[in-house]
Parts: sequence; structure tokens; C-alpha cells
Amino acid sequence: MEIKWYIGLAVALFCTGIVGVLTRRNSIIIFMCIELMLNSVNLLLVAFSKMHAASALVQSNPNVVSDAQIFVFFIMVVAAAEVSVGLAIIVMLYRNTHSVDVNFLNRLKN
Amino acid sequence: MSITALLFWGLSALALFSAIMVVASKNPVNSILYLIVVFFAITGHYILLNAQFLAIVNVIVYAGAIMVLFLFVVMLMNLNAESEPKKHRMLQFAGLISGGCLFLVLVSALSETAQASNMVQMGGGNSGLVQNLGMALFKNYVLPFEISSVLFLSAMIGAVVIGKKEG
Repeated sequence: MEIKWYIGLAVALFCTGIVGVLTRRNSIIIFMCIELMLNSVNLLLVAFSKMHAASALVQSNPNVVSDAQIFVFFIMVVAAAEVSVGLAIIVMLYRNTHSVDVNFLNRLKN
Repeated sequence: MSITALLFWGLSALALFSAIMVVASKNPVNSILYLIVVFFAITGHYILLNAQFLAIVNVIVYAGAIMVLFLFVVMLMNLNAESEPKKHRMLQFAGLISGGCLFLVLVSALSETAQASNMVQMGGGNSGLVQNLGMALFKNYVLPFEISSVLFLSAMIGAVVIGKKEG
């Protein structure tokens, strides 16, 4: 399986996440589409690490294969921390305004 | 088609269909369930690439913890399909066109390069095993590992401080 199919799949998932962030008004759905984008990047990083494992680059730098998978591990760490703080913020917003609509927050403008 | 290619295309179709349903569902609980299906499909892709540690961590952390947290919040807020706010039809269309243009630009730029036909090592290889990843993590990346524990501590304290009631 060539790398271009993995690139196509990851880019399609990423753009689906972007369409979700642009299209929806519910802040929880927007947050979930951000997680979708993060996961598409994770998949592409793991595919690239396996591509370097199959090629001759490994002889010059043997760390190059596991570097990408450790980066994915740290992306998951940061995503977990971000989800907990982000959901705390959304719950506080709901408690104050009784709505999860992002257009509602435009009231802070005036 | 070999069984590996069949699994790849099946998992990709499942992931893409569920991702589109995440964006298109009216009920937020349905969106969360479709996102869990996406995470399981991506875990299947990790197993195909023999990234075993990341596959298990993906299931436990993403599908098992983060999505359950989302479900808790949606159930607490009692969101259902009728009270769902919707954007103006032209704005939704503009968002769809923007995402589609980005998809076309990225795919056309990345799939015509010279390295685009490099093969990916699927089904084997020992770079994704727990032992090798653990050696790399604790030999080369000990400092980010310890700092991530401080990051978790700060996230926990931040979430509790944000969620406190006044007075």
C-alpha cells in the first residue's frame, strides 16, 4: 500500500473536521471535529514512520521510525489535557448562559 | 486484492463515512457515537501498520476516556435534536466549499511528488512494538515524558478551578 493512499485518507478526514468546525454552531460538536483533525494527523504520522521503516533511511538514523510514533503519543497526551480543560470551559459557559451556541458568545462584543 | 488491501479500503470507507456522519448528524449523541466508530477504524489502521502500542493507547485514551467525557457533558446538558441551533444555509455551503477546496489543494500537491509512491511497511516490522517504543521513549524523550506529567497536573487543577461555583 503506497503512502499516497494514506495521505489521501488523512487529508480527507482533516478536511471533514474543518468542514465540521466551519459549519456547526454547537460548541461541543466543534470540539469533537477538532479531535477528528488531531486523529487524522496521528494516522498520517504513523504511516510516515512505517514508510521510513520500509525505506533505506533507517540505516543513517535508526531513531527516525520511533520518533514519529512517540510524537503521536505526546499528541494524545496533549489532546487529553486539552479536552478536560475545554469541556470545563464549555460547562461553565452553559452554566452562565444556558446555551452551547457559539453565536450566543458574540454578545461579549458590546 | 490481498487481505491487507481489503482491510485497508474497508477501514478507510468506514472511517470516512462515520466522519461525514459526525458532521452531518442533528443529534449530538449520534455525533459522539459516530466519532467513536471513527476512532475504532483508526485503531484498525494502526493495527494494520503494526503500531501495537498506539492502537491500544488510542482505544483506551480516545475512545475510552475522552469520548466518555464528551458523553457525560452532553447528557448533563440534556441536548436533543430539536433545540439544535443551525447556521444560515449559505454559510454552511460556504464552509463545505472551503473544506472541499482545501482537500483538493492538499491532495493534488501531495500525491504528485516523487516520494508519493513509496511503499509503507504494513503487517510486520518491529518498530511499533511496546518494547522498542519504550526504549526510545525512556532513552531519548525522558524530559518531555516528565514534563507531560506536570502538564496533566496543571490541566487537572485548571479544570477544577474553572468549574468551581462562585462563593
